[in-house]
Amino acid sequence: MVTSDQQKRILLQGNEAVVAGALAAGCRFFAGYPITPASEISELLSVKLPELGGTFIQMEDEIASMGAVIGASLAGTKSMTATSGPGFSLIQENLGYACVTEVPCVIVNVMRGGPSTGLPTSPSQGDVQMARWGTHGDHPIIVLAVSSVSDCFSVTVKAFNLSEKYRVPVIVLSDEVVAHTREAVALPDADQIRVIDRIAPDVPPEWYKPYADNNRGVPDMAAFGDGYRHHVTGLIHDDHGYPTQDGKEVEKFIQRIHRKVSKGFQEIQVIKTHDMEDAEICVIAYGSVARSALRAVRDARNQGVKAGLIQLVTLFPFPRKSVDSYLRQCRVAIVPEMNMGQMSREISRVNQGGCRIVKHNKIDGHLISPEEILKHLITV
Amino acid sequence: MLERAEIIRQEYLRHDKKFPHVWCPGCGNGIVMGALLRAVHSLEIDKDEVVLASGVGCSGRMPTYVDFNTLHTTHGRALTFATGVKLAKPELTVITVMGDGDATAIGGNHFIHAARRNLDLTAIIINNSTYGMTGGQYSPTTPFGSISTTSVYGHVEHAFSIAELAVTAGGSFVARGTVYHASHLEQMIKKAIQKRGFSVVEVISNCHVQHGRRNKLGGAVEMINSYKENAVTVGKAEKMSPEELEGKFTIGVLADVEKPISTQEYQRVIVEARRNAEKIAKEKEKNRVKRYE
Repeated sequence: MVTSDQQKRILLQGNEAVVAGALAAGCRFFAGYPITPASEISELLSVKLPELGGTFIQMEDEIASMGAVIGASLAGTKSMTATSGPGFSLIQENLGYACVTEVPCVIVNVMRGGPSTGLPTSPSQGDVQMARWGTHGDHPIIVLAVSSVSDCFSVTVKAFNLSEKYRVPVIVLSDEVVAHTREAVALPDADQIRVIDRIAPDVPPEWYKPYADNNRGVPDMAAFGDGYRHHVTGLIHDDHGYPTQDGKEVEKFIQRIHRKVSKGFQEIQVIKTHDMEDAEICVIAYGSVARSALRAVRDARNQGVKAGLIQLVTLFPFPRKSVDSYLRQCRVAIVPEMNMGQMSREISRVNQGGCRIVKHNKIDGHLISPEEILKHLITV
Repeated sequence: MLERAEIIRQEYLRHDKKFPHVWCPGCGNGIVMGALLRAVHSLEIDKDEVVLASGVGCSGRMPTYVDFNTLHTTHGRALTFATGVKLAKPELTVITVMGDGDATAIGGNHFIHAARRNLDLTAIIINNSTYGMTGGQYSPTTPFGSISTTSVYGHVEHAFSIAELAVTAGGSFVARGTVYHASHLEQMIKKAIQKRGFSVVEVISNCHVQHGRRNKLGGAVEMINSYKENAVTVGKAEKMSPEELEGKFTIGVLADVEKPISTQEYQRVIVEARRNAEKIAKEKEKNRVKRYE
């Protein structure tokens, strides 16, 4: 007996699933610049977007791509770009602009080995802290990570939804392994997907204050050309959107753009757990490493070790509330990462000496294997 | 004339909210802004349909003062944002205003690619030969030998000719004007907005505070008057010898060519992509039916 779910299963690559997720979430504009291992996203969207009446453009660099993405979003179109490390560096300038002007947009970074041109195109998780702190100044941002092809779909949808709801850029961290792995997945039907759109103002244009606070902390957003002529600037601005140097106004603004994300923390923080109910040792992992970790946890259980997995989907704001109780429950937390320990810093900060944190860092351009993680699980 | 000035003041300036402006007394930016507003007014374009985007610098402040959909972007990137806006809503009239450093140093790559790409955008570049807002450092259009705060012994590099650069990069319409020739400038901007395709208007303007003072070019009046002396119309320049053209520059239309506009061409891509997708879907359906038979 073949179930309808099995019938619907298709073979997709991670990058292709990102495209499917973006289109399902309503993305109709993409600007990008060629870079491995993210190029399939551009190539596929250059075909798919015009079919849906959307627009694809290849810009002269990633700085320009990010500018075009913001411009299109300001004109009312859900927009995204996709890149890898070197391009992610160039994106940072206008990413800060999107943060301060509160323009919804999604940036997919398919991580490869760095720094600089680095290790094209071996997997890495070296851009984690950069995703949080890459652009200058105190800014709110949401960073999500994908570990499977079906994640690539659902997390991309979530990225657009959070971006539209909170008017904040959302970064999706993928890596070379997830991006190029092909898996059979059953994508949900369009009517099964919850799509959130930014809220347009309902006041007459002359009353519209484009950056006024409200109970959500997220101002209503008018699109250029909709009759709400307003000013958008990367300078710190007042409720009307005009530049201000008034200390009170400046502080009010910076506080609000942080508060809006804190307010939504409960909804933004996502983790997945496996076998955590009675776990004494846990692995905290994200991205493709979480796949190896899951296998390691299962193998450890077979050997009688009470192991469990916490997979971080939301990396920033760090899902402290979700992870906290598990850190108190476990004796040891193993944090395997394809970097020098960027998230383990975050976990240690939250943990504050509760349980022992064991780092496992691999920076040779190869995925961490289940055996490497299992070794820790049976020896600690 | 006075009546028109009053209409511009009342209709197009964010008078209650954003004045006084940041520009120095005598600055050419106001003349450019006036010419732009008169051009838009005479073309009878609805204010809701106009987007004015700028980069960073003195010119970057212009959108703050005018009652359009306005966008003050990052340094050098105005054209990239404008590209996104135009592609998302092709029906809008999208105009950018930039400075010389903004458009041809930090934004130089975006500028030549926007010209090559040929979207239906208008770029106004106010060329005052210096970085005024940051204190008068040398820019890509600072003349050889000039004194600036970063070339106190005389500038050792050579200047771009912005309009000629735009012609070579493929601009559909390229013109040059000055802040002395205010009504000529208005006509050039009007033509640039009307032109379908990427159009550029370079405006020779004065920064007497940073550039003029250090190079003994006089105050605002002397500098603006010098444009009257040194500007030669394109037609007249053709009849002059290189010796006669020494120290002069051309004003007027330098290029006006017809070529496919990428904004429109992309509409063709959409039609073709849709047709192709329908064809594939039909074939799939046919194969599915065949399998069941």
